[in-house]
Amino acid sequence: MIPYSFSYRRAVSLEDAEALLAKSADAKLLAGGQTLIAAMKMRLAQPSELIDISDLKELAFIRASESVIVVGAAAKHFEVAASADVVRAIPALAELACSIGDPAVRHMGTLGGSLANNDPAADYPAAVLALNATVKTNRRSIHADAFFTGMFSTALEDGEIITEVSFPIPERAGYAKFPNPASRYAMAGVFVAKTGAGVRVAVTGAGACVFRAHEMEAALSKSFTPGALAGIEVDPGELNSDIHGSAEYRANLVSAMAGRAVTAALR
Amino acid sequence: MAVVSLTVNGKPVSQETEDRTLLVYFLRDQLGLTGTHIGCDTSQCGACVVHVNGRAVKSCTMFAAQAAGADVTTIEGLARDGKLHPVQEAFRENHGLQCGFCTPGMIMTAVDMIRRIPVLDRATIREELEGNICRCTGYHNIVSSIEDAAKRMQADAKGKAA
Repeated sequence: MIPYSFSYRRAVSLEDAEALLAKSADAKLLAGGQTLIAAMKMRLAQPSELIDISDLKELAFIRASESVIVVGAAAKHFEVAASADVVRAIPALAELACSIGDPAVRHMGTLGGSLANNDPAADYPAAVLALNATVKTNRRSIHADAFFTGMFSTALEDGEIITEVSFPIPERAGYAKFPNPASRYAMAGVFVAKTGAGVRVAVTGAGACVFRAHEMEAALSKSFTPGALAGIEVDPGELNSDIHGSAEYRANLVSAMAGRAVTAALR
Repeated sequence: MAVVSLTVNGKPVSQETEDRTLLVYFLRDQLGLTGTHIGCDTSQCGACVVHVNGRAVKSCTMFAAQAAGADVTTIEGLARDGKLHPVQEAFRENHGLQCGFCTPGMIMTAVDMIRRIPVLDRATIREELEGNICRCTGYHNIVSSIEDAAKRMQADAKGKAA
């Protein structure tokens, strides 16, 4: 498959990327390309220009402090999965990164690319939302609760570039997903995070966009055990129904994955 | 159109190509390196896996322009001085291929896998093969081949260290 014609530019710095992006109305950033290139090959996307930011060293870093892990937007999935800092501070985040796609995809795909695309079945949005992370761009900081606005849509404006994501280190966290047997995308993925402020539960794959399961959060804030989730289901009315599973089935999967995520967090 | 310069199997290469040329077409159609296969062309089957700067990637989901300046290794670049790479040797001896279509990608994935995880068990090998599909369903012997290759390379490394 061959995409529509476009011109390729490799940005040499963040400023360069900003300038290139400002010059063209329908230019797109290429961060890892593991979703974008596939969409371009299917001719579902037709940017006139691709601005490659995957090689920008200033966006490819992982920094740890006592309270946060900061991951650069161009950090690749395998780098997050293998980072000693991430493994030590937020092991669930490393495990999540290691569960995306396959090894070859993880060598290319980036955190920033995944978030900007906001695929309804992507894994990273669940971690960002549950860990109450902050998405930093070339213009501002955006709280996780305000970042994901709908299916394949985010709070990012034209010309805005994600530069890094700051993940507060939780007391405990866990992620569990039920992958579609063929595509391996999450049919339901649940990330739970417990901090001094309470528990946050984020669900991906099951609906049109990642969302928080507030009833589960309240129950887990009282008792952080899988048993606390007994009888709690998310509203199937809000979930996807397709050939892979009904909304009711997905609602049940969300409860099951939430239980597994809590169990993982308690390990 | 732009000139893309990179290193392929140890040799410098400079060729003009369209910006939309995927790395796999660049390798196959422009350089004649047809050992890298196109299977699904949708990033799922792994027949097109090559190494870019030492890491396994799917060359159907990367533009040639992205590889400018990089060091690319294809299946043609694994054997050295007429001697097969230990992973190729292990695939031959363990009957790790049937029709052979997926084999180049399987071998490139296996070399990368052993580099990252020198000591491998069968369950890990199967997990790591998530992105490679064998339509003959010959996974059993593919797993045996990789297990055998990892053991040989481990023994070789110990031999060299000693």
